[in-house]
Amino acid sequence: MKRRFRPGLKTGVYAAIPMTELIAPALSLRDVRKTYPGSPPVEPVRGITLRVMPGEMVAVAGPSGSGKTTLLHLTAGLERPTSGTVQIAGQHLAALSDRELAGLRAWRVGVIFQQFFLLDALSAVENVAAALLYQAIPAARRREIATTMLDLVGLGHRLWHRPRELSGGEQQRVAIARALAGNPAVVLADEPTGNLDQATGQEIMALLGELNRDRGVTLVVITHDAAVAAAAGRQIELRDGRVVSDSGRPPGTERQAP
Amino acid sequence: MTAPRSRLRPADVLRAGTTGLRYRRGRALLSALGIAIGIAALVAVLGITRSSQSALLAEIDQLGTNLLTVTNGQTLDGHEAELPGYATTMIRRVAGVEQAAPTAILASARVYRTGKVPVFDTGGLAARAADPSLLAVLSGSVRQGTFLNAATSRYPVTVLGYQAARSLGVAGLDSPGPPPRVLIGGQWFTVAGILNPLPLAPEIDRSALVGFGVAGSLLGYDGRPSRIYVRTDVTRTAQVAALLGPTANPENPGGAAVSQPSAALTARLAVAAASTALFLGLGAVALLVGGIGIANVMVIAVLERRAEIGLRRALGAARTHIAAQFLAEALILGALGGAAGLAAGTSITAVIARSRHWALLIPAAGLWGGLAVAIAVAGIAGLYPAARAARLAPAEALRTI
Repeated sequence: MKRRFRPGLKTGVYAAIPMTELIAPALSLRDVRKTYPGSPPVEPVRGITLRVMPGEMVAVAGPSGSGKTTLLHLTAGLERPTSGTVQIAGQHLAALSDRELAGLRAWRVGVIFQQFFLLDALSAVENVAAALLYQAIPAARRREIATTMLDLVGLGHRLWHRPRELSGGEQQRVAIARALAGNPAVVLADEPTGNLDQATGQEIMALLGELNRDRGVTLVVITHDAAVAAAAGRQIELRDGRVVSDSGRPPGTERQAP
Repeated sequence: MTAPRSRLRPADVLRAGTTGLRYRRGRALLSALGIAIGIAALVAVLGITRSSQSALLAEIDQLGTNLLTVTNGQTLDGHEAELPGYATTMIRRVAGVEQAAPTAILASARVYRTGKVPVFDTGGLAARAADPSLLAVLSGSVRQGTFLNAATSRYPVTVLGYQAARSLGVAGLDSPGPPPRVLIGGQWFTVAGILNPLPLAPEIDRSALVGFGVAGSLLGYDGRPSRIYVRTDVTRTAQVAALLGPTANPENPGGAAVSQPSAALTARLAVAAASTALFLGLGAVALLVGGIGIANVMVIAVLERRAEIGLRRALGAARTHIAAQFLAEALILGALGGAAGLAAGTSITAVIARSRHWALLIPAAGLWGGLAVAIAVAGIAGLYPAARAARLAPAEALRTI
C-alpha cells in the first residue's frame, strides 16, 4: 500500500487515499514523558497526550523551555520517550529497531528546522534530493522529484544554486521542499520563521498554509510566536512540558485525569 | 501500515563519502598526504631495490660465478706462504678447471709516469707479471690497443689497468707521435694497451701488466705466482674450490687461499636486502603516521559535522548509514593517498633507475599491495571516527548548534 505524492496532479489529494488512512491519526501521543538523567533529572515533557489527524495544520506554541523541541524530536522519531507511546502514521515507535525507526523517518516524517540545515556542499536540488537518499531511490529519479518539489515552493529557477547563494527565505523554501519530497505522513516544523525577518516569515507561513490547504499536507508547526500560531487551524499551548490548552482537540483524546 | 526499513544504495554511500571531501579539498589533500608519502616510500624502496638487484644480478651473471682466485695464504706460524712455481700447471690438471692464468706482483718494481716523480708517490699502483691468457680468464676486454701476447711478453711492453691508466695520465694511444711510455722498476716500458674495468679483479685495474719473460729478465721476477685466476666448469665450482688449495701447494695445503670474487657482489645483494628492510620499516612508520593523521582529521570532521549527522539521521539515515558514510570517506582518502603515493614512488624509481642506467623494475605485488595497504590503513583509521559519528544521538546533534 504505497501512495506517492504527485505534486503535478491537479486532482484532490484525498481522492487517492483509502478511507482507513483518513481515519488513522498521522500522529498520536499517549501520556508521553521524556526524562534526561542528571542531578536533578530534567523532564522537558511531562505527560503529553495529543492526536493529529491527516490534513490538519497544528501550531504548538509555548515559551522557551516548555518542551517544544523535545516534543518535536519525539514526534519525529529522533528520540524515544521515557514512558508513554508515540505512534507515527499508525506505527508504534517502541517496538522499532534503529534501522526501522530510521525507515519511519525516511518514509513518514518530514522535518523543517529553524536553522534550515542545508548542506553547503550541495546545490538546492541535491539538498532536496537528499531526503530520498534513505528510501534508496535511484539518483536520477531523486533529482526529478527534487526538481518538481522546488518548482512547487517557487524555486524552480534556483535549482543549482548553493545554499550560500540563496536568501534566508529561499533557503527555508528549499528545506520545505526537502521535507515534502519523501511524501511524508506528517511534516514537523521547528520555529520555521525563527531565523527570518517578519515579511519573509509571513511568506513562509503562507506557503505552509497553502501546502496544507491545497495539498493536504499534515503540518505541525512549533513556534513561540503567537502570530505564527494564529496561522494554523488548531493551536496547542505547552507549558512546563504539559498541554495547557488545545483549540481543536479531536474527540477521544481528552487528557485522562491523573 | 509499516514503513519500509531505511536503505542506502552503495553508490550513494560513496557519493555521501565524497561530499565532505569536496567541501574541504585542502584538508582532504593534506590528510591524504601522509598516506601518500608512506606508500611512495614503500614503492620507491621496493622499486629501487628490485631495479638495482636486477642490475647487480645481471652483472654477476655476465661476469660469472665460476671465477676463483688462488693467492698466497699463511703458513702455520703466521708468515706469508708463497705459491710454488708449478702451481699453475698443477691447477690446470684439476678436473673441472677450464682455464687458469697466473699473475705475480712485482713488489720491488714501482710504476711512475716519468723519472721526475718523487719515489714515494706510487699512486697505489703495482706492477704485475701476467700471462696472455689472463684477459680470457677474467672475461675482460681491451679499451685501447692490444693485450700482451707471446711476442710482447718478452719485450718492455706494458698493458695498463683502467685505474692505472687514469692515475698515470695516459689518456689514450690514438694521439700521433710515439706511443706513451711509463717507468717500471727503473726501466721504460711502452704502453701497448689499456683495459676496461674488471669488477671481479679490481687489483688488475690498479696494475701495470708486463709479460713473465720481461719480468724475469728486467724486473727480477723469481718465478713464483702470487695470484692465479681460475675459470671452472660452472656446475663444479664448489668442488674445484675445495681442491685448489692442496693442488696449488701440496706441501702446505693451508698456504694457498682460495676465494670467489663474485661472492663480494653477492654480499652486496645481501646488504641491499638488509637496507631495504630498514627503508621498508621507515615507510611503514610513515604509513602509520599517515593513518593516525586521517583518524585525527576524521574525528575533527565528525565534531564539526554534528549538524550534518543530525540532519541525515532526521532524513532517515540509520546508524550504520552514518558509519558507512564516514568509513567511505576514510577509504576514499586512503585510495587517493595510495594512488598519489604509487605515482610518486614509481616516478622516483624511474628517475633513479634512469640515472644509474638500470632497467626500471617495480614488483607488481608492490603496486597492488601498496594500494591495498593504503586503503586498509585508512579504513582502520576511519573505524573510530565512523563509530563516533554513528553513536552520536540525533536529537543531541541537532540541538548543539
